[in-house]
Amino acid sequence: MTGDDVLPVTHIRPGSRAASFTVDDVWQARELLYFLVWRDIKVRYKHTVLGIAWSILQPLLTMVVFTLFFGRLAKMPSDGVPYPLFSLAALVPWTYFSSAVSNGSASLLGNQHLIAKVYFPRVLVPLAAVLMPAVDLMMSFAMLLLLMALYHVAPTPMMLLLPLYLLVAVLIAFAVALWTSALTIRYRDVRYVLPFVIQIWMFVTPVAYPASLVPERWRLVYALNPMAMVVEGVRSALLGTVSPGAMIPVALVVTLSALLAGTAYFRSVETSIVDLA
Amino acid sequence: MPDIALRICGLGKQYTIGARQERYDTLRDRIAAAAARPFRRLAPGGLDASATLWALRDVTHDIRRGEVVGIVGGNGAGKSTLLKILSRITTPTEGEVEIHGRVGSLLEVGTGFHADLTGRENIYLNGAILGMRKAEIERKFDDIVRFAEIEDFIDTPVKRYSTGMYVRLGFAVAAHLEPEILIVDEVLAVGDIHFQRKCLGKLDDVARSGRTVLFVSHNMAAILRLCTSAMLLQHGRLVRVGDVRSTVAAYLGGQGRGGFVASARTGDAQILAADLEDAIGAPFEHPSCGDPIMCRIRYTLPHRSPGVRVGIGVLSCDGTPIFTTNTADAGVRCPSDAGDFEACVTIPPDTLLAGDFHIAVCLWNPGAILDLQEPALSFSVDAGRSPLYVEDATRKGYVHVGCEWSVIPVSSTVGVLS
Repeated sequence: MTGDDVLPVTHIRPGSRAASFTVDDVWQARELLYFLVWRDIKVRYKHTVLGIAWSILQPLLTMVVFTLFFGRLAKMPSDGVPYPLFSLAALVPWTYFSSAVSNGSASLLGNQHLIAKVYFPRVLVPLAAVLMPAVDLMMSFAMLLLLMALYHVAPTPMMLLLPLYLLVAVLIAFAVALWTSALTIRYRDVRYVLPFVIQIWMFVTPVAYPASLVPERWRLVYALNPMAMVVEGVRSALLGTVSPGAMIPVALVVTLSALLAGTAYFRSVETSIVDLA
Repeated sequence: MPDIALRICGLGKQYTIGARQERYDTLRDRIAAAAARPFRRLAPGGLDASATLWALRDVTHDIRRGEVVGIVGGNGAGKSTLLKILSRITTPTEGEVEIHGRVGSLLEVGTGFHADLTGRENIYLNGAILGMRKAEIERKFDDIVRFAEIEDFIDTPVKRYSTGMYVRLGFAVAAHLEPEILIVDEVLAVGDIHFQRKCLGKLDDVARSGRTVLFVSHNMAAILRLCTSAMLLQHGRLVRVGDVRSTVAAYLGGQGRGGFVASARTGDAQILAADLEDAIGAPFEHPSCGDPIMCRIRYTLPHRSPGVRVGIGVLSCDGTPIFTTNTADAGVRCPSDAGDFEACVTIPPDTLLAGDFHIAVCLWNPGAILDLQEPALSFSVDAGRSPLYVEDATRKGYVHVGCEWSVIPVSSTVGVLS
């Protein structure tokens, strides 16, 4: 290890950019990313009686409540699909998104101790926290397929677009977590505001109702919420409802800009995280 | 410059402290501050009155490859800040560091351990956090477990580990890191004596394999034993650098104090105060060789602590331990209940010869060191009217040991030369 081969040279300089991460740093640390996700999954299921069942219970129970109140009582239209399926197809990606955002936001604060004692690209912390609930997503997705089989609904060829929709959900959750995790270190208020924001966000996303209810002239504004595209997309891919169409490019642009802005913000505060925490 | 491992140039780190700190914990504070800003200029004291503190300033030093550098200094001297900057945990305010090679830092034993995970799981997690590859951890796994001596508990959650086991495992993982530059902060302050010796041995190996080590410790004996050079920091500045022995002596000399008082209660088992007294209980600044020297140590135990011991080590002016003595040696059992206690030890007259000494005070139980103050006290002994100096005014050595002598006439018939 101490041979005469060329040693990597690192420069430590003042200023926020100096110690910031590059894509290459993150790639180099991919094994650590894996271990951070692995740790959170292990720890999470160690003390629960129902273990992995929790990951499907939450969307499933919400579906039951939605079906009772929105489906039966309010007679919400559901694009011709049985309401339980209609809502579950949206609740599966939505539940992922909301737990990824809250998990990601709390991540830096929760790992303060680690950050103060060892260096690694700090961005791994919110990234791992956003990836962790993806395991739940897979479980609940399997349950969704099961429910489709019960209703004799076959997925459509549009299913090929499913990875794109889910990727957008991961990226937008990550973009939000980049902001909120760093902001939480500085302003602990974020912790209290966030659940409220997520709740509002759910109402501006077509989870309990179809996007077709939104008047035509508001559609473009509505499309600015990438989660609207994700939810409509997953539904169209599995249940054969109307494809999100023009919402897709809008959502992609919004997601990428949010990601760039989030990365820039995170990089600008990254080095002060230790001193503030 | 293949020989340089670290080039530290004009390094400084400034912290903002005090009430005027520009740090907003809540949005409300920030909004309030923004609203107040236009009026601030009018206020006496002005804008820049916020108190700042240079935790580190103007530190310049090159460290060659293979050097083992001890960093010494009192509390708040900037040792930890320096290590944090070198480990890239925090950024400097000014200056620059050029690092040749990979850095592994061990600022704490068991960083990132999760109490609910087993020993096996934590080895992987901790290894990855410290910068090891998965394949590397797998290769070294058995060595780590053997080094930590936890073979039977490898699949037990670490929350069931004793403090000793936890520390052993933490050090074992870190000890198997193989970076070109290893940064170690005061990790030897914990753990039992047997394991400390093992850790020092491991650090010795690391140093001998040509890697560069930066080592912060309050344990001067460890610094003297391990390091090839030393840096002395004082109030954030590098005041001395060079040979270990003279740097440690300069540090201990600068620490000179007749009494020790802890700055605050930490809530843990802790040494509260230590001072020297003469035979009638008056504070003692300049004892003479012929006086009994009484050392009074006050300590606190927040919890019931069976088997707790108090000891002192008498060190020479350059930090070399001369002898140690403790309650267990003397057959004294310390009360194990929670509370504040006072231990008193008397160094008999005509034991310490004229010279400068330091006393380290330690509070421990067989599992771990609870508190170590090194040096707690520093003092000079003069020859006084001790009978030891009547015959030999320039007596050599640090201590006098009363030995038995006998001289008998030997007849030439039993001579050894025959």
